[in-house]
Order: sequence, then structure tokens, then C-alpha cells
Amino acid sequence: MTELTKLTLAEVRDGLAKGEYTSVELTEAFLGAMEAHKALNAYIVSSPDVALERAKASDARRAKGEVLGPMDGAPVAIKDLFCTEGVQTTAASKILEGFKPQYESTVSGKLRSGGAVMLGKTNLDEFAMGSANITSAYGNVVSPWVAEDDPEKLVPGGSSGGSAAAVSAHLCLAATGTDTGGSIRQPAAFTGIVGLKPTYGRCSRWGIVAFASSLDQAGPMTRTVRDAAIMLGQMAGFDPKDSTSAKVELPDFEKALTGDIRGLKVGIPKEYRPDGLNSEIAALWDQGVEWLKDAGAEVVEISLPHTDKALATYYIVAPAEASSNLARYDGVRYGLRVENGGNLDEMYMKTRAKGFGKEVKRRILIGTYVLSAGYYDAYYLKAQKVRALIAQDFAEAFKKVDLILTPTAPSDAFPIAGGAKVDPITMYLNDVFTVPASLAGVPAMSIPGGLSQRGLPLGLQLIGRPFDEETILRAAGVMEAAAEFSAVPTLLRGTK
Amino acid sequence: MSLDKATVRKIGFLARLEIPEEDLDGLAHELNGILGWVEQLAQVDTEGVAPVASVSQMKLFWRDDVVTDGEMPEKVLANAPDAADGYFLVPKVVE
Repeated sequence: MTELTKLTLAEVRDGLAKGEYTSVELTEAFLGAMEAHKALNAYIVSSPDVALERAKASDARRAKGEVLGPMDGAPVAIKDLFCTEGVQTTAASKILEGFKPQYESTVSGKLRSGGAVMLGKTNLDEFAMGSANITSAYGNVVSPWVAEDDPEKLVPGGSSGGSAAAVSAHLCLAATGTDTGGSIRQPAAFTGIVGLKPTYGRCSRWGIVAFASSLDQAGPMTRTVRDAAIMLGQMAGFDPKDSTSAKVELPDFEKALTGDIRGLKVGIPKEYRPDGLNSEIAALWDQGVEWLKDAGAEVVEISLPHTDKALATYYIVAPAEASSNLARYDGVRYGLRVENGGNLDEMYMKTRAKGFGKEVKRRILIGTYVLSAGYYDAYYLKAQKVRALIAQDFAEAFKKVDLILTPTAPSDAFPIAGGAKVDPITMYLNDVFTVPASLAGVPAMSIPGGLSQRGLPLGLQLIGRPFDEETILRAAGVMEAAAEFSAVPTLLRGTK
Repeated sequence: MSLDKATVRKIGFLARLEIPEEDLDGLAHELNGILGWVEQLAQVDTEGVAPVASVSQMKLFWRDDVVTDGEMPEKVLANAPDAADGYFLVPKVVE
């Protein structure tokens, strides 16, 4: 059964159609793999009963000639930030332990009504706040990759670290992620998979546990570019329940994969090459440029002048929004409550002190401070203005080019033990290349480009115009073919 | 600007987070580090730039002002730590 877990989503769509295997067989194979590799801690909960029930229903439909869509019968994982009806949803926080939503998020609901089979809920940084999946209340996620020169356990990246590890280690066919400042793209780069953050507004945020509402966006994490195109089509679309959801046409994203990028103009932002950029990352980036040129694209240097101020802007805007969003965890309507005879305020304070982890508290405090009387203008208002300039940088650049190519992350994956020791700002620097596109709301995708000298995956990022995921996918398809990335995680070597 | 212990305690209360006395110094140090770092934004000339709360280019849409959901008190209360008679229960608020 190991073979089934190696398939891509596109292969499964075709294989199920031809009757080569059933959804139940696929689902059982993935549930077996999940059990065998529990040590990765990629899932907070598995939902085998739900999975098998949905797989059986899918097979029964197919037997009658009914197919709900390209993902009907496909076993996928859902990041534990999406509310799933009747299945515990924690955002990797103690404060939501035991919370069973009575409703389904729009995105997971779309996958469900398209026939996809939910295997379980993947681990993440608490409330998606982190870049290493080491802030989860349910333990660290271990990357299925190990460096050639060092046996230490590595981080899968974050915050969608469980989804990334699960896709990479073949513990699901594909997974949902969410990206606020890089939480889909950076873990995708660290684990050698494909991760797409769509345009802000492309996927509904309804039913996703909110972190920073002006930045949060759901997207697919898959093993191939084609799979990302298929899955995005099943996740995206207008939703009246999310007032920021975009009423735009939903194209057939898979049709964008023409393999032809002749004449495409790709920008290389000079500000993404700071002094001291890791030489392996720089070399991969240069290689990416060559792949694009070889395929007939025109590559030009561009400038995004406010790039070096993006991280600081993000670390005002995101905590400010988070401090507001996380006010709802008060011990009254759901989740943890800590009471010892005190008044209402004491109940709030004790509940939140016990329920939230260290990084979440840190960000709530920063956010509360930058929004407080006397500091609002100096911090929050200033950040909102710089954000406008960052968005303007991209708008100007896209007058000259169709796409932008950058590295995804400034390094390959680092050890879990080391990650726990670094100071917050060093950890925040992981998102230096991903945060600008988040602030600008533009779509961006990480694809595996190659391996570092230590044998670990490195990613390249393509950034596109608003609502032009198609051009990103088209170029990503060409680069994927040129990169011929076929490395499998250390964990899976020697298996068939 | 620099945060002292009293300010951290005050922010903690605004955020309804109980902070043990022994953690105040450490937190003040950490928060000062982060705030000192984000203060680099002061170098950016934002004269005449309008602040943005969202970069979405969409206009917020209108919908009919009608009830589309509701009548499910059991579901609303299903995850409550304490509930009775169709209400959430909290510690006594009014003496």
C-alpha cells in the first residue's frame, strides 16, 4: 500500500476515474502512514472515522457515476486553524483544547462538498504565530528531512509546519495551509514542497481562526504545481460570509499550466539581495533566473525600495490585529476557563494567562501597546502608512513586469533545539522575503528549487499581480520541470 | 521610548493577561527589544501618505439586511465552559 501514498493529486484524480483503486484504499494507506510516522507529530488529531466514512461515500458515488469534482475521494489534511464540524479545532493552543466547532469553515467546507476526504488536523505554531512550528501547545513538529552532516531533528518551518511535514512525508495527498506573513511558503521551502498563498480575498477567511485579518489567507500545500492548481480551484471563490472575499471570476487554474512562458517579463528585486545573503540561496536564485531565460522569459532588474522596512511594519500590524482578534478568548463562550472565586476580570486574566503560550502573549502585549492611547500614531498609524508604500512598490513593479522571482527563505531548515534558543527578532527574520507580498496582498508561491550542500530543500518564490495566480502557476510549472526536483525526505528513503 | 515594569503591568491589564511579578522584568526587556527594532520605521518618509487598513482593492459589498442564520441556541452554547437555561454563565458582575 506504500505506493498509493506516493501518488500526486492529479494522478489520484485520474486513477480513481479509471478504477485503479478506491478512495477507501487510498484513505487506509494514508491512515497507515500517519500511524507509522506519528513521531513527526504532524497531526494534532487524526480523524479516521470521518475519513473512512467520507471515502466510502465517495466510492459509492463514483460507483453510481457521480463525481463531485477533481478532488472527490482524495485524502487531504486540514491545518488545525480551520474550524471543522464536530472535529476538535485548537489553533495549536491550550485555550481551545476540546473545542468542537458546530460549523465548517468555508474553505474546508468547499473541499468537503467537493468530495475530499479529511484525514485529520495538522499541527501548527500556536495561533499561526511562528516560523518553526515550535510554539504549538501540542508539541513541535519534526521535519521528515535530516541534514547529511548532522543528525539533529530539524524544524519543518511554520506556521503551517504540520501540513508541510505531512505533505512532504506522504502522510496526505495535499493539505490546506494559511499564510499571514509566510506561513505557507516558508514551510513549503523547508520541506521541499509547493505552497501557494493566493491573493488576499481569493479564499474565504470565514471559519478560519483569525490571526491578523488584513493579512490571513488560506492556500494549498502540495507536492506538485499541478496539484496546487487543482486544489486552489477547490478552495477559492466568493463567500458572502467574508466581507473581504473577492467577487472575481474563478478560472480553471490547471489550464494555466501551458508550459509556455516565452515573452513573460520577470523582475528580480535588487533589495532582496542584501549583503550577507547566504551564498547557496543566491546561487539557487541565479539558477532560477537561468531556467526562466532558457524558457524564453525576459528577466529584468527591478526595485522594491521599501523592502527592508517590511518586517518591522509587519511586526506592528500583525500583533495589533492579533491582540484585537484574540480578545475573544475570554473563557466565556468556548475553550478554557480558569476560575478561583474571583471577579470577571480576574477570570479573564487567569484564563488567558494559562491558555496562551509565550509567543502569543508576547504578540498580544506588543499589539496592545502599539494600539494604546499615546502610542497609536507613532506605531500603528506609521506602520499603516509604510504598508501603503510597500503595496505601492509592488503596484509600480507590476507596471513593468508580469512576475517577480525571489528566494523564499534566507536559509535551509534549522534544528529544533537551536530554534528554541534564538531571540524573537532573529526568528522573525525567517520571513524577510515572504512578508512584503503579504503586506501588499499579492499572490506568491514557493516551489522547490534544489538542495543545499547539507542535502536540505531550498525554495524559490514567484510573486504575481493581484488575482493573477495563473501567471504564477504557469511560470512555476516551467521552473518545476527545469528544476527536476525529485529528492525525497530522509525519512522515506529506502522505502518503495 | 522604553517600557518599564509598571507599563508592562498596565498593558497586561489592558490585554487581560495576568503577568506574574517575577516575569515583568524579562518581558519588559523582550518587548523593549522588539519595540526598539520596529522604531526603524521612523526613518521612512511618510509625509502625505494615507494609511491603509487593508490593501484589498475590492469595495465592500452590500447585502440585504435580513436574518440569514440563527435559532440554534444549543449549537451556540455547545462549547461553553458554563451555561444554563440558554445563557452563558460568568462570575458575578453586579454586587
